[in-house]
Amino acid sequence: MSTYTPHTASDIREMLDVVGVKSLEGLYEGLEGIFARDMNLPEGKSQQEVARWFEELAARNKVFGSVFLGAGAYQRYIPPVVKSLLSRSEFVTAYTPYQAEMSQGILQAIFEFQTMITELTGMQVSNASLYDGSTALADGILMLSERKKNKVLLSEAIHPYSIEVVKTYLLPLGFEVEMIALEDGKTSLTDLEKKLSDDVFAVALAQPNFYGVIEDAAVIGEATKAAGSGYIMQVEPFAATLLKTPFDCGADIAVGEGQPLGMPLSYGGPYLGFIGAREKLTRRMQGRVVGKTQDAQGRDAYVLTLQAREQHIRREKASSSICSNQALCALTATVCMAAVGTEGMKEVARQSLSKAPTNSWR
Amino acid sequence: MKTIFEKSQPGKRTLSIAACDVPEYSLPEGLLRSADAELPEVSEIELVRHYTALSKRAYGVDDGFYPLGSCTMKYNPKLNEEVAALPGFTGIHPLQCPETVQGALEAMYRLSEKLAEITGMDEVTLQPAAGAHGEYTALQLIRSYHLERGDTQRDKIIVPDSAHGTNPASATMVGYTTVNIPSGADGCVDLEALKAAVGNDTAALMLTNPNTVGIFEKDIEQIAKIVHDAGGLLYYDGANLNAIMGIIRPGDMGYDVVHLNLHKTFSTPHGGGGPGSGPVGCKKALAKYLPGPLVVKTESGYGLLDAPESSIGGVKTFYGNFLVTLRALAYIELLGREGLKESAELAVLNANYMMARLKDKFPAYSSRICMHEFVVSCEEIKKEIGVSALDFAKAMIDRRMHPPTIYFPLIVHEAMMFEPTETESKETLDWACDTMLELLEEAYRDPEAFKKHPLTTPIGRPDEVAAARKPVLIWQREN
Repeated sequence: MSTYTPHTASDIREMLDVVGVKSLEGLYEGLEGIFARDMNLPEGKSQQEVARWFEELAARNKVFGSVFLGAGAYQRYIPPVVKSLLSRSEFVTAYTPYQAEMSQGILQAIFEFQTMITELTGMQVSNASLYDGSTALADGILMLSERKKNKVLLSEAIHPYSIEVVKTYLLPLGFEVEMIALEDGKTSLTDLEKKLSDDVFAVALAQPNFYGVIEDAAVIGEATKAAGSGYIMQVEPFAATLLKTPFDCGADIAVGEGQPLGMPLSYGGPYLGFIGAREKLTRRMQGRVVGKTQDAQGRDAYVLTLQAREQHIRREKASSSICSNQALCALTATVCMAAVGTEGMKEVARQSLSKAPTNSWR
Repeated sequence: MKTIFEKSQPGKRTLSIAACDVPEYSLPEGLLRSADAELPEVSEIELVRHYTALSKRAYGVDDGFYPLGSCTMKYNPKLNEEVAALPGFTGIHPLQCPETVQGALEAMYRLSEKLAEITGMDEVTLQPAAGAHGEYTALQLIRSYHLERGDTQRDKIIVPDSAHGTNPASATMVGYTTVNIPSGADGCVDLEALKAAVGNDTAALMLTNPNTVGIFEKDIEQIAKIVHDAGGLLYYDGANLNAIMGIIRPGDMGYDVVHLNLHKTFSTPHGGGGPGSGPVGCKKALAKYLPGPLVVKTESGYGLLDAPESSIGGVKTFYGNFLVTLRALAYIELLGREGLKESAELAVLNANYMMARLKDKFPAYSSRICMHEFVVSCEEIKKEIGVSALDFAKAMIDRRMHPPTIYFPLIVHEAMMFEPTETESKETLDWACDTMLELLEEAYRDPEAFKKHPLTTPIGRPDEVAAARKPVLIWQREN
């Protein structure tokens, strides 16, 4: 049997003596009545056996040279610097950076991530990440909720899994979710205008949408704003370097799935939810937020901030229950965006556009 | 340290991209953004040095002792990393047909099966991304269960005042009202307070066991009975499972639904705040509400089954943080039944050993045998010399030790919560205890100087009030 515990038999004896208990089982005295007998678990294995078993499992998965499945998960080339830097154990094995003085590296990297997300989306503030592109959409919609308004309008061309997650999050809270029909593969302005009412607090669409069509996001934004509703766009990060920004389209919030930014397909996770918002919504954002401040000597310092929104302070009044987020994935995206750069990301986006079948085969 | 943006210069590149080999398709002007996203443009060596330098301003379990209570910062085995990096796992698309991902499905099936066995539950979903996400998912199951039975008036979740903040916050996200009940003097559930709180509006009691003061709730079977008799369900917050894994199962204690933190109990790395993984296990009565798809064993191998009809719906795209779940499976396979049990026992031994060595100088909240963690209070020290738990935490940083969790649970004033975990040696624990005792002497010698820690870090104590009052959340060029 292997374990990762470093104790020798004599260590255990000495320690039990100090504690004043005769045996390891003695630490659970009085609980014997609820001990699980005959737990159906196998014997332990050696490292080599476990490694070999997983290699066999992995070999039973078919890895395709080219994957055109898309639908929210994309096989993009990942620069080797990304994997190399992200395997540094100071990043991998750290906890959430509660102790700022010994976590400046992680805090600064998240601050850089937040900055990059605002650059991509044109927004003014961002956070340390959300679980994925779907939960980010649900969280973003909840940020827009207003007293006395009860309805959300979702474009039918949003990823079906995102629509499902939004419904999971919103329906138990008593919100109503209505779909906006499509016209020519785009979100229908006519249908939107028909469904907008005083009761609507959020309109959401995806850019480009699930069918790969570029939406008239600014036109939808204008109609939405005219009706007094909040507006949220779910964007693809590479396309975002070319297309009119959510901010310029009038959106209050932009969210997205960050997987294409250096994360392998990995059978669906871990991926990365990102969010950018207008400044007025800062204190309604969920999750961790890093801010810049100074120490007593005037040196720049990064900290987790605006914690008065969070579960460990506000408890039942918190803006969400998020504790662990997807920090290492956010760092992956940060290094990836820095490696590819502005020009590189635009080039990737242009080539993706040109190589999409309906464009290249016309 | 300068940000990556300040090191950026137009024209620098890390990645070269092959020229486009199809005709260029251009978009109409009206769809394009008016100005570029200004992302950093740096060479590869500058990029590598920047993030390497940042990594040296971080501190992980590989760097040293990390007794952060409630977080189970145990060693993250390298084998797990190697397994999770196999191209056969990283290179598969979530929508590939099941015949082409049999290895992945078998891994998920096997992990679900093992977690069900360890927790005493019947079904498990691996979809939730983190512990709080698991809580959220479990509460949705509870909600659906009551509603489908026509029990529509159950709108309250009971939590002890010692609970993790995520518990009440998750309850709110599902639309529940939280009822906080005061803990007894020993930090455990006060049965009378519980009896007074339950009723036909009780949806569930959320309770971690061992609880957040590191004590096993010995009355758990009675607690379960009180909640069940009132028609409510009992929810297990898996944050503290490390003390009992392989020894005692939540299902046997009377719990109906659990969430686990694979990034605590099952050795997957925390990554500076995720990705974690928060599987949810439940008893049969709740299984039909689980999010889908679920992995099933078929005649020819493994398949994916759509969500059950009464499902709460997906809580996340696809099947969860798959690579994280592989790491947990590697851990369970390696340790096996005996290894899991021994790890729990040694986690408890380590905590009790540290507590025994410290309790004369740092009074422990409870004098009972603790489980995997213990809480001490600096209240008396603070009264005497003005030195707080925070001051001790900052002083520990100068000794290259990550501080324990401080100011939690809320029911203990000036709390310091130590969770050494089983992967620390006796030598490390002795060093840590000696260090704590030396720091105490240092504090008494010169309390004012003591409050100036940390002195050896890249920054001193940051001005958190200024950070929150006027938030600067992004780097701006003009600064």
